[in-house]
Amino acid sequence: MTETQQARAGDWVEVECVLLEPADRSTNLPAETAEKPLTMWVKGFAEGRAALGEPVTVETMTGRKVAGRLSAINPGYFHTFGEPIPELVHIGKDLRARLAAYRAAESVAQGASAGAPESGGA
Amino acid sequence: MATKFDAIMARRGEIMRRALGMDYGEFELSPIAFDYEAMMADHGYSLDDIVAIQTKAGVGHTPLLELKNFTDLVRSTCEPGRGARIFVKDEAANLAGAFKDRRASVSIHVAKEKGYEGVIAATSGNYGAAVASQAARACLKCIIVQECYDSHKVGQPEIVEKARVCEAYGAEVVQLTVGPELFFHMVELLDQTGYFAASLYSSFGVSGIETLGLEVSQEMRALTGADPTACVITHAGGGNTTGTARGLKRAGATGTKIVAASVDLSGLHMASDNDFNRKSFTTGHTGFGVPFATWPDRADVPRNAARPLRYMDRYLTVTQGEVFYVTEALVKLEGLERGPAGNTAMTAAVSLARELPREATIVVQETEYTGAGKHHWAQLNFARQMGVEVRAGDPRDNQPGTVIVIPERLEQIQASDFDIAHMRRSYVRNAVKAAPAGYVPTTDDIAFLAADTNSTPAAVEAMLAELAAKEA
Repeated sequence: MTETQQARAGDWVEVECVLLEPADRSTNLPAETAEKPLTMWVKGFAEGRAALGEPVTVETMTGRKVAGRLSAINPGYFHTFGEPIPELVHIGKDLRARLAAYRAAESVAQGASAGAPESGGA
Repeated sequence: MATKFDAIMARRGEIMRRALGMDYGEFELSPIAFDYEAMMADHGYSLDDIVAIQTKAGVGHTPLLELKNFTDLVRSTCEPGRGARIFVKDEAANLAGAFKDRRASVSIHVAKEKGYEGVIAATSGNYGAAVASQAARACLKCIIVQECYDSHKVGQPEIVEKARVCEAYGAEVVQLTVGPELFFHMVELLDQTGYFAASLYSSFGVSGIETLGLEVSQEMRALTGADPTACVITHAGGGNTTGTARGLKRAGATGTKIVAASVDLSGLHMASDNDFNRKSFTTGHTGFGVPFATWPDRADVPRNAARPLRYMDRYLTVTQGEVFYVTEALVKLEGLERGPAGNTAMTAAVSLARELPREATIVVQETEYTGAGKHHWAQLNFARQMGVEVRAGDPRDNQPGTVIVIPERLEQIQASDFDIAHMRRSYVRNAVKAAPAGYVPTTDDIAFLAADTNSTPAAVEAMLAELAAKEA
């Protein structure tokens, strides 16, 4: 175990615990959900030293004490946008071309109906 | 044998009464009926009061934009003389990025007035960000309970982003695996902390949305000289549809058609650990839209203030692929980079505009913020990681959880009408089922059911007779 996997008192961490064992869960759940425990993760300031997987209590942002097993130290956010979606990348180009063609046709049609008698006039 | 779950849920009424500072028993009229308008008025705030509360909270007065490029694009796909003008209320401009700020601002105002130390909400969506942001401004403590992960701790990226933003606002975020026991833990936390229940479904929250309908009417009159022909509303738990429709009616826009719209997620089970990360939409879908319309009182409050069947004239569904297509089109053609779930109504509006004459106007009444995790690219990349096929083609081949089909052309976007008559029958069946066995609905009950389903006493009597015949 490296030093970075040890949380010290006061570190911002995440704990994991089981809220409801399968037997305590709501009835009428699909089988694949019913057979698993309802698990919870909460972040807070560690109240003591612990390594990943060891029991520790945290004080949450609202001041609650929650006991669990240490699941992350200084947990970050790594969600992203990802790569462009090939099925979407052409849409803007296609629709802009379509809009331009529609407006060009509309303006010709309007010119033909409204402007024709006046053409060449003042 | 009573489980830990059952034990807390049995005390739910008593815990919620204290956590809402409101006794719902006062409004009950019979085992079926309750006084809806009395419940809605009980907080004592006028619509002007709510506008003032929200203005102080930095919420509302969002831009109403005409989408001229979208309108012309739709006109390029339809018969001459058709193609309604499309407008959007850019609700992403609210403080925390969605119309949910309207809902949260009233609840937080009430919690502060009544002297609660903190607030709790069970939500995996934009409402959490709204509550956390408003709580930060009011210096209240805040706990958000989310259904976030599957049993392998794989998080739905949109919900992970929502956890990030709630934590950014200083909230405590409690993250759970899949299951309806989210509400059980919320009730447990309310009991433990004595905080206020900032329920999505309280009269405070739903009254907060009425200002959205009011603004739509006022701004359309100023811009076009008339109320919109139709208002298209992304529909999930029913608050958005109910609050907006009530606000429109209070503004006098009684002729505006109320069109609810949801992403079709049929075939996916909302409590399934396997399906959880294959939905690609965390809200605005039929998985909430249908059950909450056909039985609103399944919510975390004894009587739900969101009663969408009272107000909807039509219910349109669109496919996942269609919404992703329109979301991309909105960015590129209108300069509005917004979240996909909030563009559900926009997608339905593209289809609806084609049916209506050019003189007609459609208001899409919300957008929501987008960003890492929430973005339509993020959702499609995640869908692929979860084994969902993503391909271009005919959106009719879209199959939730299995294949997302992105349309190849604008013409392929075609909303489907969901049968409201069927939903009304389901609602009446559920209302009768919730009453004690053998209870016979009275004339007053029938009048209540007619109002609650936007139908007539005669129609309700026919539904009850049909149910009785099935039982016999």
